[in-house]
Amino acid sequence: MHIKFERRIQYSKSMLVLVPVVTIVLSIIASSVVLLALGKSVPLTMHSFFIAPFATFYSITEIFLKFGPLLLIAQALAVGFRAKVWNIGAEGQMVMGAIFATSVPVYFVDSTSPFLLPAMIILGALGGMGWAAIAAFLRTRFNANEILVTLMLTSIALQFLYYLLLGPWKDPMGFNFPQTVMFQDEALFPTLFSGTRLNISIVIPILFTIAVWIFMERRFGGFKLVVGGLAPNAATYAGFSAKGAVWLSLLLAGFAAGLAGMSEVAGPIGQLQRSVTSGYGYSAIIVAYLGALHPIGIVFAAFFLAVIHIGGDIALVSANVPISAVHVFQGLLLVFYLATYTFVNYRLRVVRHVHHKQSVVSP
Amino acid sequence: MTTVEFLLAGTMSAATVFLLAALGELVAEKSGMLNLGVEGMMAVSAAVGFVITYQTGNHLLGFAGAGIAGIFISLIFATVAITFLANQVATGLAVGILGLGLSALIGRQHESLTVIAPGGINIPILSDIPLIGPVLFQHNIVVYLSILLAIAIGYCLKYTRLGLAIRSAGENPEAAHALGYPVHLIRYGSVAFGGLLAGFAGAYASTIYTPLWADGMIAGRGWIAVALVVFGTWKTGRIVLGAYLFGLVSLGELLAQSFGAAIPSQLLSSLPYIVTIVVLAIISTNAARLRLHAPYALGETYDGSEAR
Repeated sequence: MHIKFERRIQYSKSMLVLVPVVTIVLSIIASSVVLLALGKSVPLTMHSFFIAPFATFYSITEIFLKFGPLLLIAQALAVGFRAKVWNIGAEGQMVMGAIFATSVPVYFVDSTSPFLLPAMIILGALGGMGWAAIAAFLRTRFNANEILVTLMLTSIALQFLYYLLLGPWKDPMGFNFPQTVMFQDEALFPTLFSGTRLNISIVIPILFTIAVWIFMERRFGGFKLVVGGLAPNAATYAGFSAKGAVWLSLLLAGFAAGLAGMSEVAGPIGQLQRSVTSGYGYSAIIVAYLGALHPIGIVFAAFFLAVIHIGGDIALVSANVPISAVHVFQGLLLVFYLATYTFVNYRLRVVRHVHHKQSVVSP
Repeated sequence: MTTVEFLLAGTMSAATVFLLAALGELVAEKSGMLNLGVEGMMAVSAAVGFVITYQTGNHLLGFAGAGIAGIFISLIFATVAITFLANQVATGLAVGILGLGLSALIGRQHESLTVIAPGGINIPILSDIPLIGPVLFQHNIVVYLSILLAIAIGYCLKYTRLGLAIRSAGENPEAAHALGYPVHLIRYGSVAFGGLLAGFAGAYASTIYTPLWADGMIAGRGWIAVALVVFGTWKTGRIVLGAYLFGLVSLGELLAQSFGAAIPSQLLSSLPYIVTIVVLAIISTNAARLRLHAPYALGETYDGSEAR
């Protein structure tokens, strides 16, 4: 007698809703064990993670500040993941977007033109798309695995960033810190509320979400994309393009990540510096999965991870919990999500006295 | 030691990190398991190995701890991807992210600390030959063991019953199951072996090759190890060759400095990543050939049934 997974005839809708809840509970339990091992207070940490971020208006605006880039990148990644295009280099595409956008205020230091910001938006998107296009080209032309290529491109983008910050783009008045000049006001997004860092760039992820939702749910295009990724031969037969799915997935992600990078330098950071991405490119992978690769699910997942990010900063101060604990928690979320998601398509069944030898013999 | 000697000797040492991790991934992939968590497994083990070595002064204990840590992380992957039938690519990424977080957490109080790397072996006569001696015969014992291990793994996969069992789980799990092979157990074992070797690779990196702890020190070497398995088209000999090539490439920075070339160091640091992309593109162009060598059921979840 043993227990095995048996495929459900139809996927379970109740499980689909239950999975994120169970995932979060399991992740909290597992991270509590880690916290106890570190000798940290579990209640204090959990309070910092989940309650404290909502304590002040400023803190809530900070949540939305992190929510934006996570949402933007995750929506685009999910489109690719649905089509089995594994772009895990959004981090690098974000860096390139930030670099391209920064070229404007760096080379037009004294400009007060109203075209600064639009130029940065366009360049940021192009930077991300260009970097992603390398991976798309290598995959479609040379069959090179996009997981490895996008990852390696991220490492290269970071080295390029360091080169610029230590060399040609270093702020001459910056006391030798690896960062560019602070941007002029015309190169920054206006903030929404005075005294906070939340700015109008938050509309970009929201508009993007609506666009992706319409594309994936309401239009034939989404269907073509998924078929192109899942069954390239069937897609070709039906006249859809598998290569098209790769290009679309990667360019869309490059576009989103590039804009996210641009929004960071033209938003809360106000200059280009080493930690420009804050790890959004990797966190967005978790957001995409936790949101079940669905445009609406991703909104909730992005908000949840944004809260944890702010909570992690608070826990660092209030409970002396290292910031890497947040990364562990994120990793746990994804591991538990993947394990529990099995129950959507499978049910557990107890099997009695099945002999393998017999089952081979056909009746 | 002359510059040339130094570089050639450095290549062997740098290559050992790639080789150990790639051999482990090879065995896992031969059983059908595409474990993309190598970077995470190496990061955790590097931290565990460093902390233990720093605290006890004993490299052997450090390696043992790192090996156990590698197995532990690999079993998280195996549980989710084998027992819970989850997508292997996504699970590998998840374990990779978790591993990087754990690594930072474990090593955070040892940032920038160093341990003393153990000396190399000293074979009378051989080690004293000019040029060849310092390049080939004065390394740490792990360098030689990793080469012996490559030979052993190559032999085991090709000529033994165990190797046949592993390969059949990776080529056709339904048939392997029908023949009475415990497919899930074989895959668990292969993944755990991969974790053990990734653990040794991490410990070698943090306590022997660069005996210093810095967060993020694995710096993509786990991913290059995954790429090396593809470069070697799942053949042990070619993987050894690839590991040594990348050992040399990763020394590009030292190489340029020694010749006084005025190349930005960031460009040289990027070299292993650029070479990985270029080689990957070249190797992958012939898709048919790649499919021929890759384990047929690589990356496919096996839910325990006989036929699909």
